[in-house]
This record gives sequence, C-alpha cells and structure tokens, in this order.
Amino acid sequence: MNSFHSARRDFLQLLGGTAGAAWLTANWPALVSAAEHAHQAAKSDHPALEVFTTDQACEVEALSACIIPSDATAGAREAGVVYFIDRALKTFFSEALPVYQKGLDAVQKTTAELFPGVARFSAATEEQKLKIFTQIAVESERQNEVPRRLAPGASPDFFQTLRVHTIFGFLVDPEGGGNRDYAGWKAIGREPSHSFSPPFGFYDKDYPGWQRVSGETEKK
Amino acid sequence: MSRPMVTYKPSDEVDFVIIGSGAAGGVLAKELSTNGFRVVVLEQGEYLREKDFTHDETKVFIQSQLTNKVNVHPVTFRKTAEETARKQQAVLYGSCVGGSSVHFTANFWRFHEIDFKEHSKVGDIPGANFADWPITYTDLEPYYTKVEWEIGVSGLAGASPFDPPRSKPYPMPPLPVKGNGVVFERACRKLGYHAFPSPMAILSQPRPGRAACMNCGFCLGFGCEVGAKSSTLSSVIPMAEKTGRCEIRPNCYVHRVETDKNGRAVGAVYFDAQRNTHLQKAKAVILSANGAETPRLLLLSASSQFPAGLANSSGYVGKNLMPNSSALAYGVFDEQLNDYKGPAVSRIMHDFYELDPKLGLFGGGGLDARFDFTPVSFVLNGLPPGTPKWGAGFKQAIAHNFTRTFQIFCHGTSLPVESNSFSLDPDVKDAWGLPALRMTFRDHPNDLKMMEWMQARALEILDAAGAKTKWGPPIQEQQFAVHLLGTCRMGNDPKTSVINADHRTHDVKNLFLCDGSSLVTSGRGQPTMTIQALAYRASDRITALAKSGEISA
Repeated sequence: MNSFHSARRDFLQLLGGTAGAAWLTANWPALVSAAEHAHQAAKSDHPALEVFTTDQACEVEALSACIIPSDATAGAREAGVVYFIDRALKTFFSEALPVYQKGLDAVQKTTAELFPGVARFSAATEEQKLKIFTQIAVESERQNEVPRRLAPGASPDFFQTLRVHTIFGFLVDPEGGGNRDYAGWKAIGREPSHSFSPPFGFYDKDYPGWQRVSGETEKK
Repeated sequence: MSRPMVTYKPSDEVDFVIIGSGAAGGVLAKELSTNGFRVVVLEQGEYLREKDFTHDETKVFIQSQLTNKVNVHPVTFRKTAEETARKQQAVLYGSCVGGSSVHFTANFWRFHEIDFKEHSKVGDIPGANFADWPITYTDLEPYYTKVEWEIGVSGLAGASPFDPPRSKPYPMPPLPVKGNGVVFERACRKLGYHAFPSPMAILSQPRPGRAACMNCGFCLGFGCEVGAKSSTLSSVIPMAEKTGRCEIRPNCYVHRVETDKNGRAVGAVYFDAQRNTHLQKAKAVILSANGAETPRLLLLSASSQFPAGLANSSGYVGKNLMPNSSALAYGVFDEQLNDYKGPAVSRIMHDFYELDPKLGLFGGGGLDARFDFTPVSFVLNGLPPGTPKWGAGFKQAIAHNFTRTFQIFCHGTSLPVESNSFSLDPDVKDAWGLPALRMTFRDHPNDLKMMEWMQARALEILDAAGAKTKWGPPIQEQQFAVHLLGTCRMGNDPKTSVINADHRTHDVKNLFLCDGSSLVTSGRGQPTMTIQALAYRASDRITALAKSGEISA
C-alpha cells in the first residue's frame, strides 16, 4: 500500500465500492477514447460544453469555487475545473452524471430554503454561498457517518463527488484536461516542469554528502 | 524502440513459451533467447512504449492504463473461507509489456541471509505455515549482482552495516538525495540508526538508449518516458528482441496450459485481442504471470488428469499469500522540501531488519523516507487529520503542505498463512466467462502488531527530525495486495511446495514457474529485486536442463 494505491482505492470507494467496479465494467468502451477526447478539449481555454448547459456550468463553477476559492492565487475557477468536469462526465466519470443532476437540484432547494429571494446558488453573495455550502457539506458528513461498507452500492453523494472532481480538475497534469496553465500546480507551489536538478529544496541545499556514522565498522 | 525481430506461428513448436513479460518473464526471455532458444512471450496487456507514457493521473488512476482492468478481469475479496467473496479491487498488478516493473517505485533491496533460513532460526510460529527456502542467499548472490549490472541499479555498496555480503559494487552511484532523505538521515543519526542511500532500479547515469533520471517525480504508478526506470520494458526486453529468437506477443490472455496424455505441457492456450483462441506450442512452458495470475492459471488448467489444477498435487497452488505488511507516518516541516521532485525515495534504514525476539515480535522491516504522491493523490491522501475539506482553510493547507510533507514508509514481513490465498471464484466470471480471481486474506496478528511497533519508531524519527505536525494512519487489516508473494512456493518436498529449487513444478516435468509466487518468505518488502535474481538463476537452471536433454526427454 502507498499513496498511489490508496488514492486509487479511495477513488473506487468513492464510486461506490462494488458499484464502482460495475460502473467500470459498463463503461469500459467509453474510457478508451476518454483521454484522447480530454486531450483535444484541453487545447482550448474555454472549450465547448458537452454535458452541462451554460446555466449548470455556472452553478458547478460557483460550487467548485467554494471548494478551492480564488484569492491571491488561482482557484478552481481560474484552473478551468468546470470544463474538466464537463469532459469527465462525458467520458470516464459518466457514471456520476445523475449525481450532478440530483445534486444541483438539491443545491437549488437549499438555496431557496435559506435565501428565498436568491434565484440560484451562483447568484448568491459570497457570504450566502458560504452558508449554503456549509449546509451541503455538513449534510454530506452526517450521511457519511454510516460507513460505506455497511451500505455497499450506495450512491456517492454530491459533495464528495464534486470535491474529488474539483481536486482532479485543479491539479491533474494539464494533459488530463484540467489545471489550466498549471494554475493549480502554481497555487500549491509545484513548479510546472517535468525535469528538475538538485538541490530540490531547503534541506538538501547544503548537504555535505553521505557519510558513514563515525566509529562504525562496515559490518555489524 | 526496437520492433520484434522475429514472429512465430502458434503452430510452431518453439523451445519456450513464457506467460508474462514482467520482472521475471522479461529476464527469462532475455536469458533464454540469448542462450540460443526460440522463445515466445505471451503478455496479457498492451505493448506500450516510452512515447505512450504520460503524467495524466486520470489515465493512470482511473483508466488503469498500465494495470489490471477490473472491468474485464474482476477480482473478489473475502477475509475468511466462511465468507462469500465480493467484487473489490483487491489486487493491483502491471498489465502491459514490462508488467509491474513499468509502474513500480523501483526500490531495489536485496533480501538478507536471514530471509532464506528464518524458520530454522526461530522455529514454528503459531498460525503460520513457515518454511526455509531450498536455496540460500549465497546461491542467489551472483544473480543479485547480475540484476544490478544488467538492468541498471544505482546505489552505494557497503553503506548499510546490515547489508548482506556482495561480490561487486553497484554499477552506478546513488541518485541525488532529496530533502526528505537529508532530514531522515539526520534524525536517524541522532537516534543511533543508520540511514543510507537507497538502492534504486533507476539510472543515475545514462546507458545506451536510456537517459539518466530527470527527476520528474512521476514515478510510482507511471511509466518512465526516458527509460531511466529499469523496467524490463526498458532494460532486458530490447536485448531479448535483438537476439532474433524472441517474440513478445501482446494482448494475449492465456487461460490454460494444455497437457497431453502423458501429463506433459504442450503449450499455452490464449485469447487474442479479437477473442480468437490459439494454442502456442512449445517444448516447455514457463509461467511468470505474477503471484495472482500464475496460480489462477494453474487452477484454470485443471483436467481429468489434474483435477485439483495443474501442478497442484500438494494442494499448495494459490496458498500462503504474503503481501508484505506496511505502515505509514507523515510529517510536515517548516521549510520547503519540494519532495515532488525526483524519485520517491533516496534514504532508507535497515536497523529493524531483524527485530530482537525480546520484543515479542517476529520478523522485521525497513523504513524509507519518501514522497510518492502526485499533486492529486497528495490532496486526496496526504493531509493531516482534521484538515478542512474545502474552502480557504483547505486551500491554505494544500498550498502549505504539498512542498513540506514527507512520509516514512515501514515495510515488513508477512508471515505465510495457509488460508491466505488466491483461488477461483465460484460465482463471479470475467469478461470471457472464466472464473474470476478470488483473494482470501487476513493478516497474521504478528504482522499487525509489528507494524504498530514500526509506526511508533517512524513517528519518533519524525519527532527527532523536527516535524511540526506528524501523524500515523491507523494500522488496519489489509484488503488490497500489490506484492503477490508465496502462492506457488519453492521447496524440496513435493507435499509442501509447488516447484523445486530449479523452478520446475514437482508434477509436470516441462512446466516451470518463476515470479513472486515462487518466494517462500516475504523478506521485508521490496520483492522485485529478489524475483529478478530468481529469474536469472532459473534461466541458468532451465538452460542446463534443456541442454542436457532433461526437459524434452
């Protein structure tokens, strides 16, 4: 086990454990062309939407911006996360489409309940968005108190799904169709290069070279 | 990249058909073709080249570009034989030419002398099916050296006071130290431990057709675009093809070893990419399909002559699965480590390789300082407990921690337990209608206790290193295996082992097995080096048998 394997495992769990595997089975042919599709779409800063309507995209963008907000550095919005999600739902994350459809309806309902005068989430003030999104996240946490293994096949909830997709869209290698102009990598301090020379950071810059512990012989 | 220099027809009776082109199969292909034999390698996955590799995590994590695809090859899991197994991705292995050696981390430890004779030293352990190897470290040492020089391993000989003897230094110096290596080494020194440059199957100096490591950081899970990682794809498979006697045939799903009325193997039956069935004829068959698929293939090859599965008179096919135990500890530091640059690991320590029996623990382990995250996997798995899940606090945490975090990975013994196994699922079928791989596994209690102990030491090291925040995820029973070891173990007694010391099955004279399934003990993790040393040794043994007429006779 390591981070690669645990990331993969967590992702499959997010897809609903056994349901995730079933989804993979059902959608394999779609996966084959997915990367190619993403690569083509990634060439444009604002590619055409293929799954979301413009209105839906507005909502998803506003929601993903709650997860990774824009401040002194780029957030989900600037990294083009919504375009990554749109392409993903067309291809390798297509199983999650109903989660978005239901989730967006629920967000609309929560928005109307908390702020009756506000037409939709994306039209709310930043303060209102924070309140609405907090309610969505808290509700998700409450539902996830039931371990997934006790409810195999349970649908992954909207918050969890959106969160993982936003993280992918923000930080995936741009070849994967997100992280526009390396905005996500820059925000977390990863240089946008694929080749580096030492020293790499603070601690190795004055390293004198490996030395045997003094007084030790070669063999124990 | 070279293209296959030779192709054979399935009806051509070649000298050897090898199932699997991974760590072991690639080495056997090179050695046997170099020794003058005609070889066909049947690989389940695609023949990807360096140019096909990418840093796109959606391809690697989600689409399984390089690994087994559970949509068509489902896996089921259960803890005990009393349970009905459920579909779960319980096993991960490489599925492309080069196998798991394409995507692995490339940590390349030798096993130590103790790993081959530990049973004699400590005796029986309750609940474990423990045995000595029929070979010793001394038998394998020349082959460890051959691996290092032929595939390309970087390291510093004699740097660890716990290292076993070696006949030659490494062929090239260690890779550059990382920030985590420096911090780990200083903390170990403070505590009286002995951190040393990690041996890695990654080139620190270029070789013909292969670049030295460029420190891109996309190592674990990814194929190397410049051939610096010493996968069999980049190292020995081109040599095999250059002999003009070896064909690597991808997209071939072998599902049966065919035998004749005399109980001899006559070849391997496979589905091609169009699902047509072929029999590749061969004078001898070698299974290097990994510790999950090799036993599965033997069980799928049952016949009236071999009702319990081929080469399974002992009943040991698929049993004694040892995935290695593991634990993690994380630390966050004040200054930027930038450990996303470079291969995952640059310093390890083996002070706990053989634990003091007074601790009440059996076996031991090694610790390494590492950062094997991609940006995505870091944010999903690398943040301290209690970190906000979204919003300004979340963003601040990922921005601060990504460059300042590293892990100490504790690798350790898995004891062999007979009920821990791979078998055929009676209910679930793969996309070809064949029984799915079923894993039954529950850690031996010792292994879990030992990992608790190791994790506590790792946290002490992080403390000594000055970590501002540190934590260790709870030790849990494993339900996911990557190291697939011990499932067709080697031994002198046909009643308690599947192959002999020559890797020949006890039951079928011209059937050989060589991969993780051959191991008798699990070492302390990092088995690939040993699997490859075994493959070089097996090649010598098989060549000698073939040349003396003992295989075809």
